[in-house]
Amino acid sequence: MYNPQLNQQGELIHLLTTEGLPRRILNQVLDRAAEFVAQGAEGNKKFNHLAGRSVFNLFFENSTRTRTTFEIAAKRLSADVINLNIQASSTAKGETLLDTIHNLEAMGADLFVVRHAQSGAAHLIAEHVQPGIAVVNAGDGRHAHPTQALLDMYTIRHYKGDFTNLRVAIVGDILHSRVARSQIHALTTLGCPEVRVIAPKTLLPTGIESLGVHVHHDMREGLKDVDVVAMLRLQNERMSGAYLPSTQEYFKHYGLTPEKLALARPDAIVMHPGPMNRGVEIDSAVADGDRAVILPQVTFGIAVRMAVMNIVAENQARR
Amino acid sequence: MAIKNIAILNGRLVDPLAGTDRLADLFLSEGRIVGVGQAPAGFVAEDTLDASGLVVCPGLVDLAARLREPGFEYKATLPTEMAAAVAGGVTSIVCPPDTDPPLDEPGLVTMLRQRAKAHDLARLYPVGALTAGLKGREITEMAQLREAGCVAFSQGDVPIADLQVLYRAMQYAATFDFSLRLRPEEASLVNDGVAHDGEYASRLGLTGIPVVAETIAIAQIVQLMHATGCRVHLARLSSGEGVAMVRAAKRDGLPLTCDVDINHIHLTDVDIGYFNSQYRFDPPLRSGRDRDAIVAGLVDGTIDAICSDHSPVDDDGKLVPFAEAERGATGLELLLPLTLAWAERAGVALPQALAKVTCVPATFLGFQAGLAVGNRADLTLFDPEATWRVTPETLRSQGKNTPFLGHELKGRVRHTLVKGKRVFSA
Repeated sequence: MYNPQLNQQGELIHLLTTEGLPRRILNQVLDRAAEFVAQGAEGNKKFNHLAGRSVFNLFFENSTRTRTTFEIAAKRLSADVINLNIQASSTAKGETLLDTIHNLEAMGADLFVVRHAQSGAAHLIAEHVQPGIAVVNAGDGRHAHPTQALLDMYTIRHYKGDFTNLRVAIVGDILHSRVARSQIHALTTLGCPEVRVIAPKTLLPTGIESLGVHVHHDMREGLKDVDVVAMLRLQNERMSGAYLPSTQEYFKHYGLTPEKLALARPDAIVMHPGPMNRGVEIDSAVADGDRAVILPQVTFGIAVRMAVMNIVAENQARR
Repeated sequence: MAIKNIAILNGRLVDPLAGTDRLADLFLSEGRIVGVGQAPAGFVAEDTLDASGLVVCPGLVDLAARLREPGFEYKATLPTEMAAAVAGGVTSIVCPPDTDPPLDEPGLVTMLRQRAKAHDLARLYPVGALTAGLKGREITEMAQLREAGCVAFSQGDVPIADLQVLYRAMQYAATFDFSLRLRPEEASLVNDGVAHDGEYASRLGLTGIPVVAETIAIAQIVQLMHATGCRVHLARLSSGEGVAMVRAAKRDGLPLTCDVDINHIHLTDVDIGYFNSQYRFDPPLRSGRDRDAIVAGLVDGTIDAICSDHSPVDDDGKLVPFAEAERGATGLELLLPLTLAWAERAGVALPQALAKVTCVPATFLGFQAGLAVGNRADLTLFDPEATWRVTPETLRSQGKNTPFLGHELKGRVRHTLVKGKRVFSA
């Protein structure tokens, strides 16, 4: 099947989703990121892979953390970085999304990092940009957040070495989570034999089993013997209303406490994409505990984003 | 001077009303069929059409085509869409009231019909708004709208939130034996949904519209029909469960009819692919199982008719993220070929297939669409074997967007006659 992220040689030219990416490409990103981490450990922080290139950080949706890590990653590769926060929705009167893109192309963009509230926005942009310009999806609606998933994979590989004998549980608001979807595709592609999702029925998408996951509603049962616990952030607007009655009740059933974590394997790691809601999805004792790898995730995130931008820019240039 | 007498020679006459399919000549005079097989005594043809290799059938009746006038002339206008209709062999167009302003006053309906007459191509059958401004609060002057020419009453795609209003509207319509055309959809269950609530939407992260949004609305309408005796036509079913409910209601003897649009006969949710906004429809494209149930419902007669749901949308409405895209597609010129494609795939004979787009919808409008002496000389002559590619250039409609762009379709209209006059030839 046609894959808009790959060129005819099967090389990555945009990163839009982890779905449909072959294992060799996921590993290529992780390996390249490992090189950047190793170099960083030796004190080399600055590289010239993107010298003379312009990276446009295009954030149609609020984000500080992701935008900052992309900015740092691009700057470490010596790119010129332009940050644009475009809060106005493209449906509001005025410039359309593609108008904005074409204007920025005219300003000499080489790589767009895009975050947008609508699922599929990054695909739309990738489909309409000039040849030679790369698009990296920094989160589109509920659909995908591939760099987050890749940094999670990096973290898992770092601590566990391999995916082929792991049990991974993803916990929380799967329904609205682009992170969960991207994690699931990456994990199944990398050979993880058992991916579980744990959530109340209101926060699970219809037919999620078709993505190859086991569904659990009871967190205690779902966490049993897992090697990795991937927590998700619960958005404020979902904390009360028709999805959930209250944060207290949610925390009681789906919050990660030391007592629930004790059901996982003794060496299980705990991940979270941030920002955390302490006392809602995660207990501070876990968040600050020795099993949490939440801060290393952030560090690895920069290397993974460097790797992604490096690879797509390289493949676009080689056209 | 206008031509009065036309002879159509050597054609394959497919009469869905009679269920016949045979080679014969057809003779028209003053807007009516006056002879089948042989000309009436003293008939002198002023114009002759050689229909060798062509199917001759009653002109198509499209139960839902938005012409976008008044209010949305930047998307399409009467002249362009009328031309598209006759190029597609459609001779009678039913247009929903969701214009701007909506067709909720007799004056607006009269104006629209006057303007349609000025572009005397296909016949126009306006559907009146069921409530003022389609707001779902006050019912319209249905009797006066009827006098102005409305054939039925509808909310377009805007559901009535207040069941009390729908209940009263159905009682009032039943008083005069008017028919309502309702699209079964419970708005609170659609919410911000944009695609069928199933595995594929979950994968794409698109907000789902569950099947219950349709079935709950059908259940409500059926109960209100029992209570009021109102005649209802359900517009554009999308789900297998919905089809099953209509089948049961018909078995119970309710005066319920329904249609489906050409897109839902052929497409499913996975066709959305990578967020292709050409596939953004209301109701959404559903699963393969739903599509198969729709096809089965057409074959067994549960679904009475096929409409184009013609909705011209410009590129600005489509070149946006999927959820923000305008719904709908151009369809007037695809109604015939896509009906033929369904018939071929489902193994349905031509008279039965064409009945879904000719004589059956015609009965809803109160006329007979057949090829017998005395029937209207609204005719479509098409080459059933000719293929053509759907491109912006081959479409006459101002709406160039459809999931079938680039597709090679079978069935090309060669001549269209309305009221015994040739209004299209190619």
